[in-house]
Amino acid sequence: MSQHLLIRSLDRGAIAFVVLVAAIAVAVPLANLAMPPSSPFHVPTYLVSLWGKYVCYALLALSIDLIWGYCGILSLGHGAFFALGGYAMGMYLMRQIGTRGVYADPVLPDFMVFLNWPELPVYWYGFQHFPYALLMVVLVPGALAFEFGWFAFRSRVTGVYLSIITQAMTFALMLGFFRNNFGFGGNNGLTDFKDILGFNVQADATRVALFATSCIALLVAFLICRAVITSKFGKILVAIRDAEARTRFLGYRVESYKLVVFTLSACMAGVAGALYVPQVGIINPSEFSPANSIEAVIWVAVGGRGTLTGAVLGAVLVNYGKTVFTSGALAPYWLFLLGGLFVAVTLLLPRGIIGTLRYWAASRRESAAQPGPAAPQPAE
Amino acid sequence: MEEPLTRSLLYLNGVTVSFDGFKALNSLSLAIEAGEMRAIIGPNGAGKTTMMDVITGKTRPDTGDVLFDANDLTRLDETEIALLGIGRKFQKPTVFDSHTVDDNILLALKGDRRARTTLWARSNGEERSRIDAILEIIRLAMVRDRLAGSLSHGQKQWLEIGMLLAQDPKLLLVDEPVAGMTDTETFQTAELLREINREHTVVVVEHDMAFVRDLGVKVTCLHEGSVLAEGTIDQVSQNDRVVEVYLGR
Repeated sequence: MSQHLLIRSLDRGAIAFVVLVAAIAVAVPLANLAMPPSSPFHVPTYLVSLWGKYVCYALLALSIDLIWGYCGILSLGHGAFFALGGYAMGMYLMRQIGTRGVYADPVLPDFMVFLNWPELPVYWYGFQHFPYALLMVVLVPGALAFEFGWFAFRSRVTGVYLSIITQAMTFALMLGFFRNNFGFGGNNGLTDFKDILGFNVQADATRVALFATSCIALLVAFLICRAVITSKFGKILVAIRDAEARTRFLGYRVESYKLVVFTLSACMAGVAGALYVPQVGIINPSEFSPANSIEAVIWVAVGGRGTLTGAVLGAVLVNYGKTVFTSGALAPYWLFLLGGLFVAVTLLLPRGIIGTLRYWAASRRESAAQPGPAAPQPAE
Repeated sequence: MEEPLTRSLLYLNGVTVSFDGFKALNSLSLAIEAGEMRAIIGPNGAGKTTMMDVITGKTRPDTGDVLFDANDLTRLDETEIALLGIGRKFQKPTVFDSHTVDDNILLALKGDRRARTTLWARSNGEERSRIDAILEIIRLAMVRDRLAGSLSHGQKQWLEIGMLLAQDPKLLLVDEPVAGMTDTETFQTAELLREINREHTVVVVEHDMAFVRDLGVKVTCLHEGSVLAEGTIDQVSQNDRVVEVYLGR
């Protein structure tokens, strides 16, 4: 067992996933930039941005799967960490507008001028620097998750009660960010971005670079998740999921384990939000809405919780479906469809897509090797 | 430093626990010597499981002292008590269903339990040989790569006992180890517990009188949250009050 942590953590499915995402990260930019628009292989920029959005959602789904699938923590408020990361990036992008805004104020964003704010609030300081903004993208969601988890896990809030207070958390944040005096642009949020690192956010090359960066972020997060779940730490997470009291009586400090993984997951969600904002061009308080977080949980359920790759697949599939359905005559029925999908998956496919495939493969192997019951599915 | 109150490994004195006015434990006093094996019997609701809960930190007593190795257990939580060296087997076998038998033992093995060390931990040869030895003792070496969830009820009971062994506690609390076992399994379990007792102090809670007789150790009978009788199985089973409680007069 002298292999490196990273190599040890990869099985065949994981390698296939890494190769596939890496290939997409290279192929899509090439198809956009190198192919002439007349070529059948050309990928138009609007599609690159749309797919980039899916990749960000996939990263959010991955972060939810890490805590839900492997540690049994069902967060229905992960959209809050996603939105906070998005706001941190949005603040950087706002500061880059400078004198090109409607009011041409070199320091104050337009909405502050409009509200007659005399000066920049202290918490906006430093966001003109990209490294600082990047730090905040990870630090702010991480700090909130740490604080939240510190109190929740120590008080042994679990199961549906924890889910409910995560909902309350994201709802409270939404109400806060809707307020103008909060200093984040009220219900309009942050938008009208011009540059990122000096490059025009609308330019094809920038869009393509953002797409590739999102893919790389997804890959890095995936590798981190794999390393975590294949370590002894990861086995303890699963132990907590299956029998929390037993884990405690074995002498493990369950709340520390939950806190570490919850904070890590929130940081990932923050990065997803930060990559999402420049690609969609806006961040507003509706990103905090409880329904968003619930939708993200559905992606994971559809793809298969406790599989990582399933979370990614679920996020892409459901969002693709959303794009198709909400742009046609079926648009008014999308929410019914989403709800129906969740019910159908829960009843007919409780392991999700990847989970079911793995279960089939495992039972075929099992029956080939020796007769015996197959792998049980992850507990609730 | 004060003089220790007792030389016993585990010492309960005047422990009372009430739930909504119902006294699950009523001024219970009990002393377990190091190296001893003790069987605890008593009818349903006598307070046997509540006693285990108090010792392992799951339930806080309203009054009374619980001392283990000169530590006051009433101030500690489950994790701290487990780390002091008290292992517990639940009434319903509780193992990690989606881990292999091997991994169940691995997670129970004595060692650094902190999150930051387990993140980088590698399994080593010493651990492997410990796991091998324990799987031999609990007779599960053949199924080591199976998921624990697919084991039979009796195998799960043994796996849980094996996890206790891996934990290497000073005191093992074993709650109804033979519930739902066949006669052969029950016999083998008694053998297993006697073997474990060679190096560990053991407290067994059990309903099965034949099994308790098989163990051949000192017996404490609880009733309505306090000790009714104590002694050999013959003394206890001939005690008039014990007969009264069990047979309902």
